[in-house]
Amino acid sequence: MEQIQQLVNAGLFIVVGVGALVLYYFGSNFLLDRLLADQVAPDGTVTQGRTVQREAIRPWLFVGPALLLLGVFLVFPVVQTIGLSFFNARGNEFIGLSNYIWAFQDPKFLESVRNNILWLIFVPLLSTILGLLIAVLADRVRWGTIAKSLIFMPMAISFVGASVIWRFVYDYRGVGETQIGLLNAVVQALGGEAQAWIILQPWNNFFLMIILVWIQTGFAMVLMSAALRGVPEETLEAARIDGANEIQIFIQIMVPQVMTTIVVVWTTITIVVLKVFDIVLAMTNGQYSTQVLANYMYDWMFRGGGDFGRGSMIAVVIMVAVIPIMIWNIRRFQQEEEMR
Amino acid sequence: MSTQATTVTSTGSSTRAALSTRVPVFNMSVGALISRAILLFIVIIWTVPTFGLLISSFRNPDALSTSGWWTALSTSQDNIQGRTATAADQVETDDGYVISGAVLDDNSSEQVVSFGGGFLPGEITDYQPGTPVELEDGTSFTLNADGTYAYTSAEPFELERGNRFFFVVSRPPTFSLDNYTEVLQAAGFGQSFINTVTVAVPSTIIPIAIAAFAAYAFSWMEFPGRRIMFYIVVGLIVVPLQMALIPLIRIYNSVGIAQTYPGIWLAHTGFGLPLAIFLLRNYIGGLPRELIESAKIDGASHFQTFIRLVLPLSVPALAAFAIFQFLWVWNDLLVALVFLGKLPDQIVMTARIRELIGSRGEDWEILTSSAFISIAVPLLVFFSLQRYFVRGLLAGSVKGG
Repeated sequence: MEQIQQLVNAGLFIVVGVGALVLYYFGSNFLLDRLLADQVAPDGTVTQGRTVQREAIRPWLFVGPALLLLGVFLVFPVVQTIGLSFFNARGNEFIGLSNYIWAFQDPKFLESVRNNILWLIFVPLLSTILGLLIAVLADRVRWGTIAKSLIFMPMAISFVGASVIWRFVYDYRGVGETQIGLLNAVVQALGGEAQAWIILQPWNNFFLMIILVWIQTGFAMVLMSAALRGVPEETLEAARIDGANEIQIFIQIMVPQVMTTIVVVWTTITIVVLKVFDIVLAMTNGQYSTQVLANYMYDWMFRGGGDFGRGSMIAVVIMVAVIPIMIWNIRRFQQEEEMR
Repeated sequence: MSTQATTVTSTGSSTRAALSTRVPVFNMSVGALISRAILLFIVIIWTVPTFGLLISSFRNPDALSTSGWWTALSTSQDNIQGRTATAADQVETDDGYVISGAVLDDNSSEQVVSFGGGFLPGEITDYQPGTPVELEDGTSFTLNADGTYAYTSAEPFELERGNRFFFVVSRPPTFSLDNYTEVLQAAGFGQSFINTVTVAVPSTIIPIAIAAFAAYAFSWMEFPGRRIMFYIVVGLIVVPLQMALIPLIRIYNSVGIAQTYPGIWLAHTGFGLPLAIFLLRNYIGGLPRELIESAKIDGASHFQTFIRLVLPLSVPALAAFAIFQFLWVWNDLLVALVFLGKLPDQIVMTARIRELIGSRGEDWEILTSSAFISIAVPLLVFFSLQRYFVRGLLAGSVKGG
């Protein structure tokens, strides 16, 4: 019964929420039209001033709720987080750069930075290369659509779900027991020895990265596939007539043509990597030298009742890494706008 | 094939046949064959882990923890140690004294394959079920295929402890929904499923409505700061959530909506807005100018134009974003951990699985079935609405996760 009540409440919230929005948008526009209605003089002339006023106010009615929410949930918190990073754990005493100085002497923080750099190199690299490769290969076979669909599928799976799937692949039973993890079974079949992959330093970091590569390759593939379709068939045909083989065509003609997309894919996956949290939390919770910044931030946010200063400081470090990509995105968007 | 080439040397086609490097069986070039093999290999690597999870979730816990899921379809064998009952259980019959019993459950689908060792001579594989084993002291022991045994002697037994022996059982593959019933009922996962639904649905619908109005204004209305504000929206798309969490916890605590559903609905709405506005503006801004102008000439206000003309036309973009947001919210862990409680009435599936990994990390029957329950809905949405999903992805590829 409680569950039904809960779903009813969620349903009610939707009704109330959507109702309030409808009421707001309809009501505010109606009021605006009423309060600033055109005044028609007895001689039939319409006072234009009011139309101008009205249409100057209306956009704000449209964007108002969005701006309010963006302000409360993103802009204000971002500014405050930057401020809090210079404060103590409770956020009531200014301590200057102390949090930052502490960080560069904290082994766990340095480990997180090192691991994040590894993630930043390997995950975008592998995902992009594999995505491009699959896009090229799948466009030439009849079952390519099914192949792409299957490789794309992990995009729908949560990071936690993916972690369970791969934990099972990496599973390790003691020496002499039957290995039920796929990886150990393959290793044994090839004559190797079963390993506890998740605690095998430093390689365990790569086993965690593979999970994200598994998820993100589908994304890279979809974007690459769309971009490759934009490469003119005549160009490829001309190269074939000139005697270029398929590998030359791929490297010398296709890759340069889709370079922009490669950069877009790369930066997008980079952002995902910087925020990676769920996988590390679910697989190791940062133990065995696998800590990353996002998970370490979460750790400090709640550790010992929560250290808001250090938590904010780590968030700022992640943000600083994101900023170049943010600026690049805005630039790219600006250029697209100018071409419109 | 070479015979063909030699017999038709007089015709022009022979030169072409000799020059091509086609593998005749498949009628394709070696390169094409290799590229197909590579693709197939990748597809297998990509799908097998999920497939293994699915198969495992239907296997019984014993089989799951003693054999790999790839053996699930074959009958597995296991070595087991058994013990006879003691002298206290002996019965006197015409042929002497008998201790009898069973080492397998009555309704078990397992079968004894062989036995031996322990107090019996030989190895575990030496005796077929049903064969009596004569022992030096004049007693005789028989283990049957169904697991029942008889231990007979002409003299009364004086056993105080049962005798130990070994046997091999074969376990036919069995699949059942038992793991799912256990997870949904005993482990409280059913409640978590409902919690996830409770979080996901409002968090998907509310931001769409708000974003659509804003997207229209950014596309077709003039107001000061429009350009700058939109650049800020584009910038906000990639802001890491970590930057927003701590101040929001503080606000939530002081307002009193920490660990409530309305709190997380609002948070997801706020976090989803930048991408929603961006995607919808790309689409709405791309509608033909003449369309919007003609509505204006007909005397429609911006509000009427939006509701009657733009909104119905934007359904594909709305659907694309809805899928995105739904998958993101359904799969989210971080926001749920921060804004919801950990008690049964609030904990979502991702958070629950994470706890299970910690507390029951080796109980794969629990983990596999709960993971599959949590990914079933996204997979369903994904496979049925893939086209919209891809469209949204291509339109909004500045967003990270």
